Amino acid sequence: MTQGIYLDNNATTMVSPEVVEAMLPFFTEQFGNPSSLHQFGNRVGQAIKRARQQVQALLGAEHESEIVFTSCGTESDATAILSALRAQPERKEIITTVVEHPAVLALCEHLEKEGYKVHYLKVDGRGRLNIREYMDLLSDRVAICSVMWANNESGTLFPVEEMAELARSAGVMFHTDAVQAVGKVPIDLKETCIDMLSLSGHKLHAPKGIGVLYLRRNTRFRPLLRGGHQERGRRAGTENTASIVALGKACELALAHMDEEKTRVRRMRDRLEHGILEAVPHCFVTGDPGNRLPNTCNIAFEYIEGEAILLLLNKQGIAASSGSACTSGSLEPSHVMRAMGIPFTAAHGTVRFSFSRYNTADEVEQVIRAVPPIVAQLRKLSPYWGEGGPVADPDRAFAPAYA
Amino acid sequence: MWDYSEKVQDHFFSPRNAGAVAGANAVGDVGSLSCGDALRLSLKVDPETETILEAGFQTFGCGSAIASSSALTEIIKGMTLDQALKVSNQDIADYLDGLPPEKMHCSVMGREALQAAVANYRGQVWKDDHAEGALVCKCFAVDAVLIEETIRANGLSTVEEVTNYTKAGGGCSACHEGVEEILTRVLKEQGRTFDPAGAARAPAKGKGFSNLQRIRRIEGAIEAIRPNLQRDRGDVELVEIDGKNVYVNMTGACVGCQMAATTLDGIQQKIVEDLGEFVRVLPASALQARA
Repeated sequence: MTQGIYLDNNATTMVSPEVVEAMLPFFTEQFGNPSSLHQFGNRVGQAIKRARQQVQALLGAEHESEIVFTSCGTESDATAILSALRAQPERKEIITTVVEHPAVLALCEHLEKEGYKVHYLKVDGRGRLNIREYMDLLSDRVAICSVMWANNESGTLFPVEEMAELARSAGVMFHTDAVQAVGKVPIDLKETCIDMLSLSGHKLHAPKGIGVLYLRRNTRFRPLLRGGHQERGRRAGTENTASIVALGKACELALAHMDEEKTRVRRMRDRLEHGILEAVPHCFVTGDPGNRLPNTCNIAFEYIEGEAILLLLNKQGIAASSGSACTSGSLEPSHVMRAMGIPFTAAHGTVRFSFSRYNTADEVEQVIRAVPPIVAQLRKLSPYWGEGGPVADPDRAFAPAYA
Repeated sequence: MWDYSEKVQDHFFSPRNAGAVAGANAVGDVGSLSCGDALRLSLKVDPETETILEAGFQTFGCGSAIASSSALTEIIKGMTLDQALKVSNQDIADYLDGLPPEKMHCSVMGREALQAAVANYRGQVWKDDHAEGALVCKCFAVDAVLIEETIRANGLSTVEEVTNYTKAGGGCSACHEGVEEILTRVLKEQGRTFDPAGAARAPAKGKGFSNLQRIRRIEGAIEAIRPNLQRDRGDVELVEIDGKNVYVNMTGACVGCQMAATTLDGIQQKIVEDLGEFVRVLPASALQARA
């Protein structure tokens, strides 16, 4: 189906063939507007209802009306945070973390300019939060806590269920960006205190351009887009029907394959990680290996640069990523790696391999064979690398002054 | 897109008793063109027994308005006027195997037309007992006027109370913004302000320990700490446990002690360790502030 080996599933995923099949009729004969009364619209309306129930099942939501379809994860994040601020104008503080996705971070930075106080929870060397620090910040001045369920770069899982419970006890709304977690780890929202959750279709084998905001019943809400009555007035705009149907199907498949994530997908990830760590000196796994997504492995190759690794991997048809694709274009290493205190010499050389259930064990072996020569080749060029190992005291051995 | 039952579709496509009844001696007109719904119900009533011999309708309205009218005429034929007056809008909806929430007002219109026709027969004037406002709660078909009147009549001040009195907002909760707006407006007229805090929300069901076990563990942790405090002539007592918040009273030398905050931190750490979950230990004064 695909040419090459695709290990960049945290960036985006292949649309499952079953999902494509499910959505195609909605471009052709099922073209109706679901709001229309006639049969053209009515059938599409029924299909959307079914999709909503499929999403509800994957999330373990109590009511199907808690599922609000949006255009993407970023829209869901912005809707959640801005809604909390508008519904509680007397609350002027936000709690989030330093390792959030730009969808949350850039918004928070913008809100700071508008006068909001944003508390950024720090992480330790393994990417873990300090819950004590979090508890001390909870107060009736805080409008919302927005904490990601799983980190897109390191795969580290945050204890969002417990944090939501603490927020509830303090009378504070809790939102989680679960774009990377949905479909990879079991979620049962009705058993939690999470008020809002964002997910993105294209991270779980649905197409791009479709997302969901889970909105717990009785959570005070102010819509981002006002207009028509779609999504019960909580997200106006004619429904993206084909993609909604596709996301529903993708959620059904994700739920059916949930066990595969923690068994076969995890085994492939672990095999790759062990294989590379055994063959390549001076590299290490970033994040919290004991507590992360089963599909993600982020390895820092010291003294070389990530983009160079990616280009050479790409030449062999292997797709991975360095840091977050969203942060590429900047010369700064990933904010997630810096937040964990990974030194520059390693942070620049982090490579993320992220799997899906469409990968195979054979592909893993090919990557294990490909990586060591690439790393060796680049290290030969590196000013931080001497004969068969890093130079002593690399920071001082090579400390160029930038003009 | 409307989810009409088979029964609604049947009564819409093949309406029963459509048209005016010839020689009718009871006519009820309700609705208005400006509302997009109007219904004329005409009845032929036997003056001896007050039994409805014939019923006919003329309806300007949507599919469910026509189906509701058709259903109404079928239900009331053969009833006496007194029996017919007991027919509720829910009876009409039930007869049709239910109506979409947004369409429940169609069945209300049917019942009102019936009341108007009976009043007409008896030489009375029927008065619409409520002005219909914009539909706010679609789950339970509650309009703005009803919500506003209920708030005024009962001195309501929270969304939860409005839900308890009118059902509005008790379903999907998408209309809470609308309910809050009405509350804000009505309370402002009364010189009050709307406080959205309302009732605190229930914490999640705890995992692991049962509630009782959890309380005992917290008590145990506090008991273990008390001797240390008592040595400094201070003391602590447990006041309340609410979800993740544990409220304590510092007594004796602890009152006004500069180290009280540090002591609270120590108690919190001990409870967190014993309980295996994060909780916040707060002074009981915070509990009063919250109430």
